[in-house]
Amino acid sequence: MLLIECPWCGPLAETEFSYGGEAGITRPLDPDALSDAEWADYLFYRANPRGAHRELWNHAHGCRRWFGVERDTVSYRITGSFKLDLAEPRSGGNTEQGD
Amino acid sequence: MAAAQPNRLREGGRIDRSRPLKFSLDGKAYTGFAGDTLASALIANGVMLVGRSFKLRRPRGIVGSGAEEPNAIMQVGEGAEAQPNLLATQVELRDGLVAHTARGWPSIRFDFGAISDSFGRILGAGFYYKTFMYPRSWWKFYERAIRRTTGFGQAPQTPDPDTYEHMNAHCDVLVAGGGPAGLMAALAAASSGARVILANDDSEFGGSLLSGAEQIDGAPAVDWVASVVTELRELKDCILLPRATVLGYHDHDFLTVAERCDLGEAAERRDRARPGETAERLWRIRAKRVILAQGGFERPLAFCNNDRPGVMLASAVSTYVHRYAVLPGRRAVVFTNNDSAYRTALDLAGAGAVVEAIVDSRPAGGGELADRAQSLGIPVLPGRVVCDVTGRNRVKSVRIAEWKGDSWENTRSTVRIDCDLLAVSGGWSPAVHLHAQAGGELDWDETQFCFLPGQARQSHDSAGAGNGRQSPGECLADGLRAGLEAAAKLGLEAAAIEAPATNSPGEAPIEALWRVPAEKDADRCPKQFIDFQNDTTVADIRLAVREGYRDVEHVKRYTALGFGTDQGKLGNINGMAVLADALGKPVSEVGTTTFRPVYTPVRFGAVAGESVGGLYDPVRKTVLHDWHEAAGAPMEVVGQWHRPWYFPRDGEDLHAAVARECLAVRNSVGAMDASTLGKIDARGPDVVEFLERIYTHNVGRMKLGRCAYGIMLGEDGMVMDDGVMARLGENHFYLTTTTGGAARVLDWLELWLQTEWPELNVYLTSLTEHYSTIAVAGPNSRALLEALGCDIPLDKESFPFLTVRTANLAGMPVQLFRVSFSGELAFEINIGSHFAPDMWRKVMEAGREFDIAPYGTETMHVLRAEKGFIIVGQDTDGSVTPVDLGMNWLLSKEKDFLGKRSLRRPDCLREDRKQLVGLLSSDQRTVLPEGTQLIEDIARTEPVPMCGHVTSSYDSACLGHPVALALVAGGRARKGENLFAALPGREPLPVQVVSPAFYDPRGERQNV
Repeated sequence: MLLIECPWCGPLAETEFSYGGEAGITRPLDPDALSDAEWADYLFYRANPRGAHRELWNHAHGCRRWFGVERDTVSYRITGSFKLDLAEPRSGGNTEQGD
Repeated sequence: MAAAQPNRLREGGRIDRSRPLKFSLDGKAYTGFAGDTLASALIANGVMLVGRSFKLRRPRGIVGSGAEEPNAIMQVGEGAEAQPNLLATQVELRDGLVAHTARGWPSIRFDFGAISDSFGRILGAGFYYKTFMYPRSWWKFYERAIRRTTGFGQAPQTPDPDTYEHMNAHCDVLVAGGGPAGLMAALAAASSGARVILANDDSEFGGSLLSGAEQIDGAPAVDWVASVVTELRELKDCILLPRATVLGYHDHDFLTVAERCDLGEAAERRDRARPGETAERLWRIRAKRVILAQGGFERPLAFCNNDRPGVMLASAVSTYVHRYAVLPGRRAVVFTNNDSAYRTALDLAGAGAVVEAIVDSRPAGGGELADRAQSLGIPVLPGRVVCDVTGRNRVKSVRIAEWKGDSWENTRSTVRIDCDLLAVSGGWSPAVHLHAQAGGELDWDETQFCFLPGQARQSHDSAGAGNGRQSPGECLADGLRAGLEAAAKLGLEAAAIEAPATNSPGEAPIEALWRVPAEKDADRCPKQFIDFQNDTTVADIRLAVREGYRDVEHVKRYTALGFGTDQGKLGNINGMAVLADALGKPVSEVGTTTFRPVYTPVRFGAVAGESVGGLYDPVRKTVLHDWHEAAGAPMEVVGQWHRPWYFPRDGEDLHAAVARECLAVRNSVGAMDASTLGKIDARGPDVVEFLERIYTHNVGRMKLGRCAYGIMLGEDGMVMDDGVMARLGENHFYLTTTTGGAARVLDWLELWLQTEWPELNVYLTSLTEHYSTIAVAGPNSRALLEALGCDIPLDKESFPFLTVRTANLAGMPVQLFRVSFSGELAFEINIGSHFAPDMWRKVMEAGREFDIAPYGTETMHVLRAEKGFIIVGQDTDGSVTPVDLGMNWLLSKEKDFLGKRSLRRPDCLREDRKQLVGLLSSDQRTVLPEGTQLIEDIARTEPVPMCGHVTSSYDSACLGHPVALALVAGGRARKGENLFAALPGREPLPVQVVSPAFYDPRGERQNV
């Protein structure tokens, strides 16, 4: 079970959170101007990387805030969590692993 | 007592001879002592034969003394308390214990299924796959017959009477294993100030120290164990958990530990019945550091008939002698490729057994221990191997050959030695399970011939035998190192502490011996077992390779190697080495199969914990629940809500009650508890802009006091939720959602507010439980409200359809909505929940004059279906657009909203999309089951294409015939057409496609 750091509430068990998929997907400002392919790209296509992944989490059973987490999809190691108004992940997450 | 336990030693052991315990196996009574396991007590009583093998039904005996035991699988207890699949080697003896062997019919001494052993040659790897393939359709019969012959006991048929619990904990250092390394590590870490949890699988701390004659600091090792345990217990931040198995090492240093609480002293007390006491506790521990000190497993050796009862692991023999004071045999042979089994020979000789020979495959023999054995007169035969065993239900003799290499030609001049016990040791495999579960790498070691824990991936370290250390002295030193390193990593100052001195003798190195050659090749010689529980042999693995299997995971699945409840603790490494040999590769390249939780079997009850029965899922009740129950309403469970289904009068059934309730609403008045609807208060300067983006209709155009039916779409254009919204102020809205969608919708709104549009100043508050909703529906509803006493005019002009008013009703403050989900003149009374029960009673009293009917969810469904009103989640399924539902009128052309762009995607514009229609059964009688598939052409042969399905279907008392809603491909253009409903066990029934608005299609009745 992941240990996720909510930027507001601190490190807590995964069961308190819900997952929101890839972070940084921006809704097009003028959807009508997009071709079907461009709209489909926004709607359906996600990076699904092997390795570092920035993703959204919601502290659903806590403060109910959405925030971002950078997680390695192979090792599940979390390198930091960030408020959505910050450009970069906060360093020094609590979930340092390995030696 | 001694006569009853012929193999019990007169002295020694950690058993309490003053406390005899009676128990039975397969109905036969025996006696053991407190401190025994079921296995040790059985051996004390001369019982070695304890089961039959899985496939070949060969007689099997006790092999090990712990979690690695493959054969002694027991059903313990009777009735509801019975537990299948327990290992006799782990079951602590208690008075009155009733055990049954898991397999063997009619008895384990004579098993009818043993006939399969005679056909053993054809029962090789993949036998079932190859044999029962034809004809394919018969597999279901084959399977039933095959399944009947397998299994490890019987699950109880009645609910588990035991109580379980979960416990959450955090610690600085979790130590898994309470042997020399684990105790030393825990002591080092705890003395340095770390908060430590020490989980020990066994009832007693000490691990291998309980099984040997080691000395620590010049005294018996068990004295040192006792002093360390006492010291740890006195530290306030150290938790000692005996009988606690670390089952899983999960992500981010989260570990699960099963602690058995109903054993030992607790079991004695248990006879005096303490219902509700915890039988097993599942610890969920988040640790900062983890030290894995679970020891190692001794490996058996692969030679012909190596599964005969009386062939045991050497270490297990030592454990039985030292810890339990039982002698598993009188005339023993020891067969080894390493030094540790020499201890067993010395233990046996010391306990009075005759050790006929120590057979050592190494040409140079053993180290110091070998000299000690020889000085006691035990014959040591270096450069020799045991190649075969005679005796069916018990070892009678062994055949010993010269060993010069890996083929029979070099293995000659055999001799036979009579014996009743063969203690074997093929070396040691560290228990790397948790290390591997945590993602750690495994490194093959070419000097110790085992996988050692390599690079860790989480915050763990291994120590002791689990880290490849051999002697107790090495284990203590390694435990000390691990404990101090963990403390240092936590930033603690290391305690000044040293490992105690031991008297471990020098050992000669192990030599690899993965398979003893036989006179015939592996396919034709007597079986050489690798996995005892699953009857996987050397020949099976070689066959798999000949048939093209290359990957260890595939070979595992084909041969069932490591598939048993022991998960290959005994045989896997041997199997991988045999596979490597067959593939001509080094073991390091073959690798291991994946280690997954759980480490040992665990009761379902422990996994479920408290989440059973009434605690399985929360139950949500409205404030009117008591009234509904008193009225005798059966409940329908909607999500977690319990809602009244219908209100039977005078023994009415569902059908009669619903028909009466429907007619009451259509002709007079009815009332429903609609409190479960989701309610969200939305306000803020930007609330209009926000809701414009969420809902499909023009929110900004709504005047103060107006209500509107609104839908919201996912970005894919599919209908997500619906409900009535009301504008209570310039920047203040009251939103309602479906009962099931309340939480989801709030999350959805928050997602957009927080991630995409943080510039919008909007506040959302859930009011679902703060307000209750009483729907009053029917032509007499206005008269009813007037009778209750209302401070505002309720006539059509003052209070028109789709408006909201703040009012005082029956002396209570309410918000009145003129909305209708039944199509009748109706009011929804929104009222603070503390007022609601009083209001409901007053509605019922005032309604008596109109013969008011309280109605439940079923009548609500019939009424709305008669009107063609949808239920999101019933008539939609996440693949339905508003256009499919005929709701184009709700889609604003003037603005963007979530999902709007998707409605222009080519797939959403297809004319053959499934669209909402009504259906009438041609016979005017049949209520089509919901989910019924619709077909066009009954003349077609199978498979007949489906063109739609029924989503809602009810009998309508008001219309006098059933009505159904359906999603039909291109449905709206097909009105008037006939389709066929495919009904199970009946001829397809013709149905007519009609408009979904069956009743009052122009909506005149609600707008009066």
